Amino acid sequence: MVTQDLVASLGVIQPELILAGAAVLCILADLFWKDPDKSLCWLLAALGIVGALAATILLWGIRQTGFYDLVRMDNFSNFFSLIFLASGLLTLFLSDGFVRRERIAAGEYYSLLLVCLCGMLFMASANDLMTVFVGLELMSIPVYILSGLLKSEPKSPEAALKYLLLGAFASAFLLFGIALTYGAAGTTNLPALLEKVSGGGLGASPMFLAGAGFLLVGLGFKVSLVPFHMWTPDVYEGAPTSVTAFMSVAVKAAGFSILIRIVVLSLQPLVADWSRIFWCLAVATMVLGNVVALVQENIKRMLAYSSIAHAGYVLVALTPGTETGVKAALIYLFIYFLMNLGAFGVVIALGRKGDRGVQIEEYAGLARKHPVYGLVMAVFMFSLAGVPPTGGFIGKFYAFSAAVQAGYIWLAVIGVLMSAVSAYFYLRVLVVMYMHEPVAQAEAPELRFADLPGAAFGLSISLLVCTVAVLALGVWPGPLTQIAQKAINGLLPSL
Amino acid sequence: MEFLNEHLLSILIFLPLAGAFFLFLFVGKTAEEAIRKITFVVMLAGFALSLKLYFDYDASSGQTMQFLETAPWLPEYGIEYKIGLDGMSLLLFLLTTFLGPIVILSSWRSVETRVKEYHICMLLLQTAMLGAFAALNLFLFYIFWEAMLIPMYFIIGVWGGPRRIYAAVKFFLYTLMGSLLMLVAILYLYFQHHAQFGTYSFDLFDLYKVQLALWPERLVFLAFGLSFAIKVPMFPFHTWLPDAHVEAPTAGSVILAGVLLKMGTYGFLRFSMPLFPQAAETYYPLIAVLALIGIVYGALVSMVQPDLKKLVAYSSVSHLGFVMLGLSVRNVPGVEGSVIQMVNHGLSTGALFLLVGMIYDRRHTRLIADFGGLSKVMPVYAAFFMVITLSSVGLPGLNGFVGEFLILLGTFKRNPAFAAVAASGVIFAAVYLLWMFKRAMFGPLTNEKNRSLADLSAREIATLVPIVVLVVWIGVYPQTFLRKMDRSVEAFLARTERIEPMAFELASEVAAPAEEAPTQPDERGP
Repeated sequence: MVTQDLVASLGVIQPELILAGAAVLCILADLFWKDPDKSLCWLLAALGIVGALAATILLWGIRQTGFYDLVRMDNFSNFFSLIFLASGLLTLFLSDGFVRRERIAAGEYYSLLLVCLCGMLFMASANDLMTVFVGLELMSIPVYILSGLLKSEPKSPEAALKYLLLGAFASAFLLFGIALTYGAAGTTNLPALLEKVSGGGLGASPMFLAGAGFLLVGLGFKVSLVPFHMWTPDVYEGAPTSVTAFMSVAVKAAGFSILIRIVVLSLQPLVADWSRIFWCLAVATMVLGNVVALVQENIKRMLAYSSIAHAGYVLVALTPGTETGVKAALIYLFIYFLMNLGAFGVVIALGRKGDRGVQIEEYAGLARKHPVYGLVMAVFMFSLAGVPPTGGFIGKFYAFSAAVQAGYIWLAVIGVLMSAVSAYFYLRVLVVMYMHEPVAQAEAPELRFADLPGAAFGLSISLLVCTVAVLALGVWPGPLTQIAQKAINGLLPSL
Repeated sequence: MEFLNEHLLSILIFLPLAGAFFLFLFVGKTAEEAIRKITFVVMLAGFALSLKLYFDYDASSGQTMQFLETAPWLPEYGIEYKIGLDGMSLLLFLLTTFLGPIVILSSWRSVETRVKEYHICMLLLQTAMLGAFAALNLFLFYIFWEAMLIPMYFIIGVWGGPRRIYAAVKFFLYTLMGSLLMLVAILYLYFQHHAQFGTYSFDLFDLYKVQLALWPERLVFLAFGLSFAIKVPMFPFHTWLPDAHVEAPTAGSVILAGVLLKMGTYGFLRFSMPLFPQAAETYYPLIAVLALIGIVYGALVSMVQPDLKKLVAYSSVSHLGFVMLGLSVRNVPGVEGSVIQMVNHGLSTGALFLLVGMIYDRRHTRLIADFGGLSKVMPVYAAFFMVITLSSVGLPGLNGFVGEFLILLGTFKRNPAFAAVAASGVIFAAVYLLWMFKRAMFGPLTNEKNRSLADLSAREIATLVPIVVLVVWIGVYPQTFLRKMDRSVEAFLARTERIEPMAFELASEVAAPAEEAPTQPDERGP
């Protein structure tokens, strides 16, 4: 019996298995294949992700739990899996040239990326707080290492260490929260938890409330909500840019996937309590992220603060705890992944060896020198600022309309005002690129991206995909909203 | 042919976009002359086609909204592609297509860097502006409205004057701030519509039926109003305008003054006032007084400007004050005068910017003090300048008079004191414009550098002649244009007078389509 159950359960985690298998193969290929570029590793990683993607798409629409209710597969988890795997695939294309330029150990890099993705998939399909924790660690530990892979630059290991220490704290908070919740509710299973909470009584238990609070702190850290954002700018700045790109979209989306699963869905009866907390966190996150981004000189740091602000917009959508809100959050995360990944892609393209060339002023006049990069950067910046007809506008439109619908009008007003503030720093990049005269490079020209054979190819593919998708979603968001609707059908009592 | 007839409006809106794609994909960036020609031909074709709109528009029909086109877009959210024109937007639409080829012609020689990008921006801007005038779904309108900012931002910021970056960013942020608040207001209205009628719709004519409580209506009106008031610009939200105008390249200034500013007044006309009639009535004194302050303040500030372009820029504040005054009184002469004044301002001020640009191209200065006696070396230039100046002053027989007269008439009916103050603006206009004209054109030719200036080229004359023709036409026989909008103005007024006792029981009964609010069957499309 047990064996049969377990074997049946394996069907639920097909994408995860494919990724884990590819990761192992990747490590073996790294050991036995003497190609200095490790192109086989790249290929294996790509095949693994494409395989997982295919499995996810094939599993769309199926609802099933496995491993004695520890994991569940439904459209919600599949939607997030799509985000993770698509961003993983695009990151892979971005990374090829970058890894070669920076001489990062490719075997480690690609296998860690796969393991990390595997952890994310587990997070999205978690049906139990234990799975959440295991998935979270499986995702986080590879990201800690990835942040420090740029060994030639001191800032990279520094970022990794900071991330590890603060991340360990956050994990401890999360674990402590799980323990307290278990103590109060007597279960770690999410549906069971929902039942307990619906039964009443738990809302008044101090132990349970403390547990939920700790959980929120741990989750807030992963999605970098203010005031748990302190690590974000330093880590984003220090980590290799391709890793930053991946972190800023996939890790954040993974954090939101469990935030929604645990708080919005499982603690739904307590919505009146946590939506007040969400309100405050959303405002603090949007205000701090946008205002501090105004004065950043380093584009990676600027995008780090901007990613904090975007977490705030997602939280605006989640604050009412309604079905439309969750849908808006899914739509937002999807569009955000495309535009932010694209923006980092341009940063990679315009950077120099050693991850240099990321000061905004170094972009002076680059639109004239590289008109295509200038153009796609303009698309991403306008999209991040939420100007139509780009996808970013659609995301904000859904997020704010979810808030207005539930009566959170002032929250929406603060949100739009902060978007107006954000336009300033996004525009600044364009001002520098388009309107400043190019400055003569003082130092000798170092190894540029375009000098590597074939390196621009992968990069171009991912930039092209991101640009086209951002523009297409800005004009025709219909299919995405329908998929998002399917992802949340039946999860929430509809409004 | 049938396709053309059915989709004429869409074709006109997206023709420039298609042109932009064509330039982007198929034309090399070094083929500058070809780029200019293609753009010009696209714009000219747009204008020629748009004339068909004028002839096809049936002003006697009870259905004022014509050329309607709808297509589903996001049906579950009530978002659809819905466009159409009534008599008022028809004129503004035509003004836009008319100015299109002129601005391209005007920048033929003055834009020499990044020619391809410049023309692509111009074409994109044209599509966004035309779309905003035609959109009848608030979501669609918002998309076009915001999309306008992007090309204009680049036009000012890349091809502008020395302080262009400051001006471009200020322009962008100012207008974005206003429109984002409007977005929240639109969403509020949208959900109120759902609460009252049980369906989701961004359709303008559905939203006209929404009844709001007193304070929400006022707040929503202010949110819309702020967005439009910034665009107009009304005093005290005008500070972005002189910067943007002065730094923008000539063509940018022409489009900015000619069309973009009208977006603000058009917004009041199409959205703020008919959507929120009670609030429009409540805030009528506020709008009128701000308009009056704008009229007088703009004129006084113009008077002391040493820079020709700044003078014209501030005169816009004054002229747009007239438009807002005419709208705020909401009677037939006032509104008709406002609409015709929008067109007039587009023509006269657009032409003034063209003229300033022409002299700037020659002398690379715009300071009035650097000129004097220009009429001796550039008689043709001076003649054109004279006609346009007089048109802007409001000389009877030229277009400016018609608009200002109607507005003053309408204002007098409502409040004679307001009309008296506004009339002073006409006198001030004569002072600052004629004084400027005297200093620049007449008197001794003191500055040696001006002695060898070439008079207007054939291309420059070609840009000005069509404008002068229209200036005289509107001045002599405004009926050609006024009769197109009589019915539409009446429909507008009927809507803004819909000041009913607050029927908020409606809001509480979420029940299915509550009693049909008084519909204007004439506006409901075929």
